[in-house]
Amino acid sequence: MLSRLVLRAAPAALRALPPPVAVGVLHTTRPLHTTQQSLAPVPPLPEKGGEVRHGLIPEEFFQFLYPKTGVTGPYMLGTGLLLYLLSKEIYVVNHETAAAACILTVIVYGVKKFGPDVAAFADKLNEEKVATALAVKNEAIQTLQTAIEDEKKEQWRVEGHSYLFDAKRNNVAMLLEANYRERLMMVYSEVKKRLDYQVAMQSLKRQKEQDHMIQWVEKNVVQSITPQQQKESIAKCILDLKALSKSAHAAV
Amino acid sequence: LPAAVLLKDTKLMDVKLGQLGSWLAMRDYSPSGILGAMRRGYDRYYNKYINVRKGGLGGISMVLAGYVVLSYAWSYSHVKHDRWRKYH
Repeated sequence: MLSRLVLRAAPAALRALPPPVAVGVLHTTRPLHTTQQSLAPVPPLPEKGGEVRHGLIPEEFFQFLYPKTGVTGPYMLGTGLLLYLLSKEIYVVNHETAAAACILTVIVYGVKKFGPDVAAFADKLNEEKVATALAVKNEAIQTLQTAIEDEKKEQWRVEGHSYLFDAKRNNVAMLLEANYRERLMMVYSEVKKRLDYQVAMQSLKRQKEQDHMIQWVEKNVVQSITPQQQKESIAKCILDLKALSKSAHAAV
Repeated sequence: LPAAVLLKDTKLMDVKLGQLGSWLAMRDYSPSGILGAMRRGYDRYYNKYINVRKGGLGGISMVLAGYVVLSYAWSYSHVKHDRWRKYH
Protein backbone atom coordinates (compact mmCIF):
# COMPACT_ATOMS: atom_id res chain seq x y z
CA MET A 1 0.00 0.00 0.00
CA LEU A 2 2.78 2.37 0.83
CA SER A 3 4.44 1.39 -2.43
CA ARG A 4 1.28 2.52 -4.21
CA LEU A 5 1.54 5.89 -2.51
CA VAL A 6 5.13 6.17 -3.60
CA LEU A 7 4.13 5.19 -7.12
CA ARG A 8 1.47 7.90 -7.17
CA ALA A 9 3.88 10.54 -5.90
CA ALA A 10 6.65 9.48 -8.26
CA PRO A 11 5.33 11.05 -11.50
CA ALA A 12 4.98 14.44 -9.82
CA ALA A 13 8.52 14.10 -8.56
CA LEU A 14 9.67 12.96 -11.97
CA ARG A 15 8.45 16.11 -13.68
CA ALA A 16 10.82 18.09 -11.50
CA LEU A 17 13.75 16.06 -12.84
CA PRO A 18 15.45 17.11 -16.08
CA PRO A 19 13.96 15.27 -19.10
CA PRO A 20 16.75 12.74 -19.90
CA VAL A 21 16.74 11.45 -16.31
CA ALA A 22 12.94 11.34 -16.26
CA VAL A 23 12.80 9.27 -19.45
CA GLY A 24 15.30 6.80 -18.12
CA VAL A 25 13.37 6.29 -14.88
CA LEU A 26 9.84 6.50 -16.33
CA HIS A 27 9.24 2.87 -17.15
CA THR A 28 9.61 1.81 -13.52
CA THR A 29 7.16 4.30 -12.07
CA ARG A 30 4.14 3.66 -14.27
CA PRO A 31 1.40 2.47 -11.88
CA LEU A 32 1.05 -1.22 -12.58
CA HIS A 33 -2.01 -2.40 -10.67
CA THR A 34 -4.70 0.18 -10.31
CA THR A 35 -7.62 -2.08 -9.32
CA GLN A 36 -8.17 -3.74 -6.01
CA GLN A 37 -6.83 -7.25 -6.39
CA SER A 38 -8.19 -9.73 -3.93
CA LEU A 39 -8.39 -13.44 -4.66
CA ALA A 40 -8.88 -14.43 -1.04
CA PRO A 41 -10.95 -14.98 0.90
CA VAL A 42 -13.10 -16.74 -1.70
CA PRO A 43 -16.79 -15.91 -1.15
CA PRO A 44 -18.69 -18.92 0.25
CA LEU A 45 -21.04 -20.96 -1.95
CA PRO A 46 -24.66 -19.82 -1.92
CA GLU A 47 -26.90 -21.99 0.23
CA LYS A 48 -29.61 -22.73 -2.30
CA GLY A 49 -29.74 -22.48 -6.06
CA GLY A 50 -32.14 -20.45 -8.06
CA GLU A 51 -35.77 -21.23 -7.33
CA VAL A 52 -37.41 -23.52 -9.88
CA ARG A 53 -41.13 -24.17 -9.86
CA HIS A 54 -42.39 -27.65 -10.71
CA GLY A 55 -38.78 -28.57 -11.45
CA LEU A 56 -38.99 -27.01 -14.89
CA ILE A 57 -39.63 -23.27 -14.89
CA PRO A 58 -37.44 -20.76 -13.07
CA GLU A 59 -39.15 -18.59 -10.53
CA GLU A 60 -38.01 -15.44 -12.34
CA PHE A 61 -40.54 -16.15 -15.08
CA PHE A 62 -43.41 -16.05 -12.59
CA GLN A 63 -42.05 -12.88 -11.03
CA PHE A 64 -41.66 -11.34 -14.46
CA LEU A 65 -45.34 -11.89 -15.28
CA TYR A 66 -46.71 -11.14 -11.82
CA PRO A 67 -47.13 -7.31 -12.15
CA LYS A 68 -49.16 -7.62 -15.32
CA THR A 69 -51.10 -10.82 -14.87
CA GLY A 70 -51.03 -11.68 -11.17
CA VAL A 71 -50.53 -15.18 -9.80
CA THR A 72 -52.48 -17.17 -12.42
CA GLY A 73 -50.89 -15.48 -15.42
CA PRO A 74 -48.14 -17.98 -16.16
CA TYR A 75 -50.50 -20.93 -15.65
CA MET A 76 -52.98 -19.43 -18.09
CA LEU A 77 -50.16 -18.87 -20.52
CA GLY A 78 -49.06 -22.45 -20.08
CA THR A 79 -52.57 -23.85 -20.62
CA GLY A 80 -53.16 -21.67 -23.67
CA LEU A 81 -49.81 -22.64 -25.12
CA LEU A 82 -50.49 -26.32 -24.55
CA LEU A 83 -53.94 -26.16 -26.19
CA TYR A 84 -52.49 -24.26 -29.12
CA LEU A 85 -49.72 -26.82 -29.60
CA LEU A 86 -52.22 -29.69 -29.39
CA SER A 87 -54.88 -28.18 -31.63
CA LYS A 88 -52.50 -27.15 -34.36
CA GLU A 89 -50.74 -30.48 -33.91
CA ILE A 90 -47.39 -28.83 -33.44
CA TYR A 91 -47.16 -31.41 -30.68
CA VAL A 92 -48.38 -34.68 -32.18
CA VAL A 93 -49.98 -37.28 -29.91
CA ASN A 94 -48.51 -40.64 -30.86
CA HIS A 95 -46.93 -43.70 -29.25
CA GLU A 96 -44.17 -41.55 -27.89
CA THR A 97 -46.69 -39.56 -25.90
CA ALA A 98 -47.79 -42.70 -24.06
CA ALA A 99 -44.17 -43.66 -23.38
CA ALA A 100 -43.41 -40.15 -22.16
CA ALA A 101 -46.43 -40.20 -19.87
CA CYS A 102 -45.38 -43.52 -18.28
CA ILE A 103 -41.78 -42.42 -17.88
CA LEU A 104 -42.75 -39.08 -16.37
CA THR A 105 -45.13 -40.75 -13.92
CA VAL A 106 -42.41 -43.09 -12.72
CA ILE A 107 -39.88 -40.28 -12.46
CA VAL A 108 -42.20 -38.00 -10.54
CA TYR A 109 -43.17 -40.83 -8.16
CA GLY A 110 -39.53 -41.72 -7.60
CA VAL A 111 -38.51 -38.15 -6.92
CA LYS A 112 -41.36 -37.54 -4.54
CA LYS A 113 -40.65 -40.71 -2.60
CA PHE A 114 -36.86 -40.90 -2.53
CA GLY A 115 -35.93 -37.26 -3.03
CA PRO A 116 -35.36 -36.27 0.58
CA ASP A 117 -33.31 -39.38 1.36
CA VAL A 118 -31.03 -38.87 -1.61
CA ALA A 119 -30.72 -35.21 -0.73
CA ALA A 120 -29.74 -36.07 2.85
CA PHE A 121 -27.17 -38.58 1.62
CA ALA A 122 -25.64 -36.08 -0.79
CA ASP A 123 -25.59 -33.48 1.95
CA LYS A 124 -23.77 -35.89 4.23
CA LEU A 125 -21.13 -36.52 1.56
CA ASN A 126 -20.73 -32.81 1.11
CA GLU A 127 -20.46 -32.28 4.85
CA GLU A 128 -17.66 -34.84 5.05
CA LYS A 129 -15.76 -33.18 2.24
CA VAL A 130 -16.13 -29.77 3.79
CA ALA A 131 -15.18 -31.17 7.21
CA THR A 132 -11.94 -32.69 5.89
CA ALA A 133 -11.04 -29.47 4.11
CA LEU A 134 -11.81 -27.48 7.23
CA ALA A 135 -9.73 -29.89 9.31
CA VAL A 136 -6.80 -29.42 6.97
CA LYS A 137 -7.17 -25.67 7.17
CA ASN A 138 -7.40 -25.69 10.95
CA GLU A 139 -4.43 -27.97 11.21
CA ALA A 140 -2.43 -25.66 9.00
CA ILE A 141 -3.42 -22.71 11.15
CA GLN A 142 -2.48 -24.69 14.25
CA THR A 143 0.95 -25.60 12.93
CA LEU A 144 1.56 -22.02 11.96
CA GLN A 145 0.56 -20.84 15.41
CA THR A 146 2.86 -23.34 17.09
CA ALA A 147 5.57 -22.16 14.71
CA ILE A 148 4.90 -18.60 15.86
CA GLU A 149 5.11 -19.71 19.48
CA ASP A 150 8.37 -21.49 18.85
CA GLU A 151 9.71 -18.46 17.05
CA LYS A 152 8.85 -16.23 19.98
CA LYS A 153 10.52 -18.69 22.32
CA GLU A 154 13.61 -18.66 20.17
CA GLN A 155 13.64 -14.89 20.27
CA TRP A 156 13.39 -15.03 24.06
CA ARG A 157 16.23 -17.53 24.10
CA VAL A 158 18.41 -15.21 22.09
CA GLU A 159 18.15 -12.70 24.91
CA GLY A 160 19.72 -15.28 27.19
CA HIS A 161 22.64 -15.73 24.86
CA SER A 162 24.61 -13.03 26.63
CA TYR A 163 24.68 -15.12 29.83
CA LEU A 164 25.72 -18.15 27.86
CA PHE A 165 28.57 -16.28 26.28
CA ASP A 166 29.69 -14.88 29.64
CA ALA A 167 29.84 -18.38 31.07
CA LYS A 168 31.77 -19.59 28.06
CA ARG A 169 34.16 -16.70 28.33
CA ASN A 170 34.73 -17.52 32.00
CA ASN A 171 35.42 -21.11 31.07
CA VAL A 172 37.95 -20.14 28.48
CA ALA A 173 39.63 -17.69 30.83
CA MET A 174 39.85 -20.38 33.47
CA LEU A 175 41.39 -22.81 31.02
CA LEU A 176 43.93 -20.23 29.99
CA GLU A 177 44.75 -19.48 33.62
CA ALA A 178 45.14 -23.16 34.44
CA ASN A 179 47.34 -23.67 31.44
CA TYR A 180 49.46 -20.69 32.37
CA ARG A 181 49.94 -21.92 35.89
CA GLU A 182 50.77 -25.38 34.71
CA ARG A 183 53.49 -24.03 32.48
CA LEU A 184 54.74 -21.81 35.25
CA MET A 185 55.01 -24.88 37.45
CA MET A 186 56.85 -26.73 34.74
CA VAL A 187 59.29 -23.88 34.31
CA TYR A 188 59.89 -23.76 38.03
CA SER A 189 60.50 -27.50 38.29
CA GLU A 190 62.82 -27.48 35.30
CA VAL A 191 64.84 -24.62 36.68
CA LYS A 192 64.96 -26.28 40.09
CA LYS A 193 66.15 -29.51 38.49
CA ARG A 194 68.94 -27.75 36.74
CA LEU A 195 69.94 -25.87 39.87
CA ASP A 196 69.85 -29.10 41.89
CA TYR A 197 72.03 -30.67 39.31
CA GLN A 198 74.53 -27.92 39.63
CA VAL A 199 74.46 -28.18 43.41
CA ALA A 200 74.89 -31.91 43.22
CA MET A 201 77.74 -31.49 40.82
CA GLN A 202 79.44 -29.09 43.12
CA SER A 203 79.02 -31.23 46.21
CA LEU A 204 80.17 -34.25 44.31
CA LYS A 205 83.17 -32.42 43.11
CA ARG A 206 83.98 -31.22 46.64
CA GLN A 207 83.51 -34.71 48.00
CA LYS A 208 85.73 -36.16 45.37
CA GLU A 209 88.29 -33.56 46.08
CA GLN A 210 88.09 -34.30 49.81
CA ASP A 211 88.34 -38.03 49.25
CA HIS A 212 91.15 -37.62 46.87
CA MET A 213 92.95 -35.34 49.26
CA ILE A 214 92.44 -37.72 52.18
CA GLN A 215 93.70 -40.60 50.14
CA TRP A 216 96.67 -38.65 49.00
CA VAL A 217 97.45 -37.58 52.55
CA GLU A 218 97.08 -41.15 53.76
CA LYS A 219 99.21 -42.44 50.98
CA ASN A 220 101.89 -39.93 51.76
CA VAL A 221 101.67 -40.66 55.43
CA VAL A 222 101.90 -44.34 54.84
CA GLN A 223 104.80 -43.80 52.54
CA SER A 224 106.47 -41.70 55.11
CA ILE A 225 106.21 -44.37 57.73
CA THR A 226 109.70 -45.84 57.54
CA PRO A 227 110.27 -49.44 58.53
CA GLN A 228 112.03 -48.16 61.72
CA GLN A 229 108.98 -46.32 62.80
CA GLN A 230 106.81 -49.35 61.97
CA LYS A 231 108.84 -51.59 64.28
CA GLU A 232 108.73 -49.04 67.06
CA SER A 233 104.99 -48.56 66.77
CA ILE A 234 104.27 -52.33 66.66
CA ALA A 235 106.44 -52.82 69.85
CA LYS A 236 104.56 -49.98 71.50
CA CYS A 237 101.24 -51.55 70.57
CA ILE A 238 102.29 -54.93 72.01
CA LEU A 239 103.29 -53.24 75.27
CA ASP A 240 99.98 -51.42 75.38
CA LEU A 241 98.07 -54.62 74.74
CA LYS A 242 99.93 -56.39 77.53
CA ALA A 243 99.15 -53.58 79.92
CA LEU A 244 95.53 -53.66 78.90
CA SER A 245 95.30 -57.41 79.28
CA LYS A 246 96.79 -57.11 82.73
CA SER A 247 94.26 -54.51 83.75
CA ALA A 248 91.50 -56.69 82.23
CA HIS A 249 92.74 -59.76 84.18
CA ALA A 250 92.77 -57.62 87.32
CA ALA A 251 89.23 -56.43 86.67
CA VAL A 252 87.96 -60.04 86.21
CA LEU B 1 -28.12 14.78 -16.20
CA PRO B 2 -27.42 11.07 -15.79
CA ALA B 3 -24.63 9.68 -17.96
CA ALA B 4 -26.11 8.01 -21.05
CA VAL B 5 -25.32 4.29 -21.24
CA LEU B 6 -24.10 3.11 -24.58
CA LEU B 7 -26.42 0.68 -26.38
CA LYS B 8 -23.52 -1.73 -26.55
CA ASP B 9 -23.34 -2.02 -22.78
CA THR B 10 -27.04 -2.45 -21.99
CA LYS B 11 -28.31 -5.83 -20.99
CA LEU B 12 -30.90 -7.61 -23.07
CA MET B 13 -33.75 -7.02 -20.61
CA ASP B 14 -33.11 -3.26 -20.66
CA VAL B 15 -33.12 -2.93 -24.44
CA LYS B 16 -36.27 -1.34 -25.83
CA LEU B 17 -38.08 -3.22 -28.54
CA GLY B 18 -37.27 -0.62 -31.18
CA GLN B 19 -33.57 -0.86 -30.43
CA LEU B 20 -33.52 -4.65 -30.54
CA GLY B 21 -32.41 -4.86 -34.16
CA SER B 22 -29.48 -2.50 -33.74
CA TRP B 23 -28.59 -4.15 -30.43
CA LEU B 24 -28.43 -7.56 -32.06
CA ALA B 25 -26.35 -6.16 -34.91
CA MET B 26 -23.84 -4.76 -32.46
CA ARG B 27 -23.04 -8.09 -30.81
CA ASP B 28 -19.75 -9.87 -31.35
CA TYR B 29 -20.21 -12.73 -33.83
CA SER B 30 -16.57 -13.70 -34.29
CA PRO B 31 -15.67 -17.27 -33.22
CA SER B 32 -14.02 -16.03 -30.05
CA GLY B 33 -17.04 -13.84 -29.37
CA ILE B 34 -19.45 -16.75 -29.80
CA LEU B 35 -17.30 -18.99 -27.64
CA GLY B 36 -17.12 -16.26 -25.03
CA ALA B 37 -20.89 -15.90 -25.07
CA MET B 38 -21.35 -19.68 -24.67
CA ARG B 39 -18.82 -19.73 -21.81
CA ARG B 40 -20.63 -16.84 -20.11
CA GLY B 41 -24.01 -18.52 -20.49
CA TYR B 42 -22.69 -21.80 -19.14
CA ASP B 43 -21.02 -20.07 -16.20
CA ARG B 44 -24.17 -18.16 -15.34
CA TYR B 45 -26.34 -21.28 -15.39
CA TYR B 46 -23.78 -23.36 -13.54
CA ASN B 47 -23.17 -20.83 -10.80
CA LYS B 48 -26.86 -20.19 -10.31
CA TYR B 49 -28.29 -23.71 -10.24
CA ILE B 50 -25.52 -26.29 -9.77
CA ASN B 51 -22.59 -24.73 -7.91
CA VAL B 52 -24.51 -24.33 -4.65
CA ARG B 53 -24.49 -26.05 -1.33
CA LYS B 54 -27.93 -27.64 -1.50
CA GLY B 55 -28.67 -28.03 -5.17
CA GLY B 56 -32.12 -29.15 -6.16
CA LEU B 57 -33.63 -31.18 -8.94
CA GLY B 58 -34.36 -28.11 -11.07
CA GLY B 59 -30.75 -27.69 -12.06
CA ILE B 60 -30.48 -30.79 -14.24
CA SER B 61 -34.18 -31.22 -14.98
CA MET B 62 -34.21 -27.91 -16.85
CA VAL B 63 -31.27 -29.07 -18.95
CA LEU B 64 -33.01 -32.38 -19.69
CA ALA B 65 -36.28 -30.62 -20.55
CA GLY B 66 -34.40 -28.34 -22.91
CA TYR B 67 -32.81 -31.39 -24.51
CA VAL B 68 -36.23 -33.04 -24.93
CA VAL B 69 -37.70 -29.94 -26.55
CA LEU B 70 -34.70 -29.53 -28.85
CA SER B 71 -34.74 -33.15 -29.98
CA TYR B 72 -38.50 -32.91 -30.66
CA ALA B 73 -37.91 -29.80 -32.76
CA TRP B 74 -35.13 -31.54 -34.74
CA SER B 75 -37.27 -34.59 -35.41
CA TYR B 76 -40.52 -32.69 -36.17
CA SER B 77 -40.28 -33.33 -39.88
CA HIS B 78 -40.39 -37.05 -39.03
CA VAL B 79 -43.18 -36.71 -36.46
CA LYS B 80 -45.35 -34.72 -38.89
CA HIS B 81 -46.42 -37.95 -40.54
CA ASP B 82 -48.18 -39.17 -37.35
CA ARG B 83 -50.63 -36.26 -37.33
CA TRP B 84 -54.29 -37.19 -36.75
CA ARG B 85 -55.78 -34.56 -39.05
CA LYS B 86 -54.55 -33.08 -42.24
CA TYR B 87 -56.10 -29.60 -41.85
CA HIS B 88 -55.92 -27.60 -38.65
